[in-house]
Amino acid sequence: MNNGRFFTKDRTSLILGGFIIGIISVVLVLLGNPKNMGFCIACFIRDISGSLYLHNASPVQYIRPEILGLVIGSFIISIFSGEFKSYGGSSPILRYFISAMVMIGALAFLGCPFRMILRLSAGDLNALIGFVGFILGISVGCFFLNKGFNLGRYHEQNVLNGCTLPLVNIVLLALAVFLPTLFISSASGPGSMHAPIIYSLLAGLLVGIISQKTRLCMAGGIRDIVLIKDSTLISGFIAIFVSSLIMNLATGNFKLGFSGQPVAHTAWFWNLMGMFIVGLGSALLGGCPLRQLILAGTGNSDSAISVLGMLTGAAFAHNFGLAGVAGTDYGLNMKGKIVVVFSALILLIIGFVVTFVKTEKK
Amino acid sequence: MLLKELNLRGLSCPIPVLQVKKGLKDNPEGLIVYVDNIAACENITRFSQTTGYNVDTKEKDKEWILKISK
Repeated sequence: MNNGRFFTKDRTSLILGGFIIGIISVVLVLLGNPKNMGFCIACFIRDISGSLYLHNASPVQYIRPEILGLVIGSFIISIFSGEFKSYGGSSPILRYFISAMVMIGALAFLGCPFRMILRLSAGDLNALIGFVGFILGISVGCFFLNKGFNLGRYHEQNVLNGCTLPLVNIVLLALAVFLPTLFISSASGPGSMHAPIIYSLLAGLLVGIISQKTRLCMAGGIRDIVLIKDSTLISGFIAIFVSSLIMNLATGNFKLGFSGQPVAHTAWFWNLMGMFIVGLGSALLGGCPLRQLILAGTGNSDSAISVLGMLTGAAFAHNFGLAGVAGTDYGLNMKGKIVVVFSALILLIIGFVVTFVKTEKK
Repeated sequence: MLLKELNLRGLSCPIPVLQVKKGLKDNPEGLIVYVDNIAACENITRFSQTTGYNVDTKEKDKEWILKISK
């Protein structure tokens, strides 16, 4: 038993891991990544989507080694620790669409939960509004989970299912290193701002390993507090915030306020709605975008499908002009506003139908 | 005493820990739980211990049997 001890082994490793991740995130900005974007799963998957010609928004196209490193790091450590296991088959098509909508919500806010913490730690108060939306979304997701929401059981699969996404990431990494001209790279805008590839890759690998070992999940932390009154998982979230806050203060990157924040808009309602979608979708999926990448590395093909859903969502968001417009007070174009509202409604309908319309055989 | 058994194989987080929470409410004397992913095993162990239960875990071929008892 843990005898009620606060600093359990799980919590201590999450705090240490989170602390290191927060430092890495700010160092990546110092090395060239966009401000408050040392890591952003949504932004980086969007950049990869653009670099693979899936969308044509020229400022946000770059094959981000951080994302490739996350999956590969998780893959390597799970093989060495004997935790790699190929499994899937739990509502893959639903997971695909939920993930696409999570990405649309994240790009409306201009960041995933990870970047939300980094933005908060740099004084961006728009992220505080997003955080409220995130908590609301997770709370609604917890309502469904408490009432019996369940995407169904997964099954053990042929090992190739679990290896596919990690292997694709390894191939993409090899091509990015040896044939970089295959991919589009932004000449200006956030996509053109990046740390040297070796540092980005090392950062991705390290964060991937830490996240796999600690089970770090931005949505899971809040979900566990709501569902089982357990604050262990949120310790990692808080540690990232504290260490990146210290780093931002030390490097002069802290600026408190709403306006003039890097790669952000001030439309509070759309910041709230965007992260509401991310929170609700992540609760339904069982993990935030970062956790989906990490699980995909450990052989979970349902999470691999979620990653593909996010890639597709990013392509749609930019091809159809749905993403947040940085530096504005309106936040989203009309099409973006309509799609964000419908995404929230569709997620609520999915939650309701899966929870209350039972189709399982007795 | 024979404890109620729960087969939580194939279920992703947070479903297993929620099922255990519900199971312990209905069977406060304890449960025998079967899971097949390490995260579920860790979450159930943490939850059970913080709610005052002892957990005895046995692992075989990436499956875990957890005996949760007072």
